[in-house]
Amino acid sequence: MRETLRVALVVAEKDLRVELRSRTAFISAVTLAALILLVFNFARDAAVVSREALAPSVLWVTLAFVGVTVLNRSFAVERENGALDGLLLAPVSRSAVFLGKYAANLVFVLVVETLTVLLVVLFFGADLRGTLGAILATVFLASAGFVAVGTVFAAMTARTRFAELMLPLLLLPFLVPPVIAGVQVTTRLLAGRPVSEIAGWLRILGLYDIVFFTLGLLVFPSLMDE
Amino acid sequence: MPSSTPSEPALLEASDLERRFGAARALRGVSLTVRAGECHLVAGPNGAGKSTLLRLLAGLARPSAGTVLLEGRRLAGRPLRARQVAPPAEPALRRHIGLLSHQSQLYDDLTAGENLAFAARLHGLDHPEDRARSGLAAVGLAERADTPVRKLSRGMIQRVAFARAILHEPRLILLDEPFTGMDPVSSDAVRERLDALLRTGCALVLVTHDVLEAWELASHAHVMVRGEWMRSGPRGASMDGFLHEYREVVRA
Repeated sequence: MRETLRVALVVAEKDLRVELRSRTAFISAVTLAALILLVFNFARDAAVVSREALAPSVLWVTLAFVGVTVLNRSFAVERENGALDGLLLAPVSRSAVFLGKYAANLVFVLVVETLTVLLVVLFFGADLRGTLGAILATVFLASAGFVAVGTVFAAMTARTRFAELMLPLLLLPFLVPPVIAGVQVTTRLLAGRPVSEIAGWLRILGLYDIVFFTLGLLVFPSLMDE
Repeated sequence: MPSSTPSEPALLEASDLERRFGAARALRGVSLTVRAGECHLVAGPNGAGKSTLLRLLAGLARPSAGTVLLEGRRLAGRPLRARQVAPPAEPALRRHIGLLSHQSQLYDDLTAGENLAFAARLHGLDHPEDRARSGLAAVGLAERADTPVRKLSRGMIQRVAFARAILHEPRLILLDEPFTGMDPVSSDAVRERLDALLRTGCALVLVTHDVLEAWELASHAHVMVRGEWMRSGPRGASMDGFLHEYREVVRA
């Protein structure tokens, strides 16, 4: 277990270092978030839909696309120069590699998502005073599961010719549960509804996380064999 | 030319390897036994299946049929005689393999030193930064430790990739066109390093089109055409003879 965590940390540290150097995924994800929010902002008919009413849906749709963008990059760096072979040849368990990739993806997705939440405040004037912490916790809960699914699918598509196209096609259907739950929770939080109204949705998110994290851990090693 | 005795136990034993991609058969019944101190030169035309063979020997791909044993333990494939073969490879078995493929396996955005230190950490080596520094020094790139890989020339990248492949002191080193892009001085340095490794008991499987570069290292020479050995065995004394045989086989 200790060795698994050591290797996971080594892999995660490398992934974050590569991203900090290149900033490829960070810049494209934040730019995409800003563009989506801008489009929604101008596409909204102010006479029919208020900005506050639209904010939760726009937030979660943006988070979904931003998440896919970030996850697409996760194995792209391993594809370049055949670096994945170097990882797979190392005397470490594939599960440790999954944990490392997962941890780096989760950290990175959460950083970009936090910025996205702040952009939503900027573009949609959402009043997050008193609810920012709860919304960020919900974002974390939703991300923990879909990053696990995304890490598995990113690994699965890494050796395909159309990896950038395949990942969104595979991943987006799996984003439906966390997006629905996220919208429901955020809407109620912004409306100042009691916690009892969101408890059920939070349980769904927790269950989603447990199921897909466990599946990811079990499935990932076999996906790595050609 | 380092030598070994047939009585020595095999370090690597590949038996009747086949690899199919759909209907196409990239490898057809290829067997190879490699002992410590041997260097097996594998030549063949483009698309012959040489790189596929290396991936199977490294355990990066599973054979459609046949078995690869490393130190008597199953690295890939189904056991030929289940009772006599140990369980499938555990991660520790991969510690004995070093692979220099036609891709560098390096991260462009990391420096040469960071790439090697990462590899050292993955392999659980002590003092990874020191190992990275000495690895780069061994290929004459100590002064490039802090240069991002994307800013290195092709030949330098190949030398860093070579340093990465042997960093953890593997017993079996698999090389796919190791001298590509290198200047003559660098090629000589790498060849000398390989020769030194052979003398310490390492074994090499060296895939190349450039027989001239690798001839002096080789103890065995093989020619692969369309996924099959057309010639396989001790290399013989004359390189010209081998090249003549190679051309005849390929033309046929």
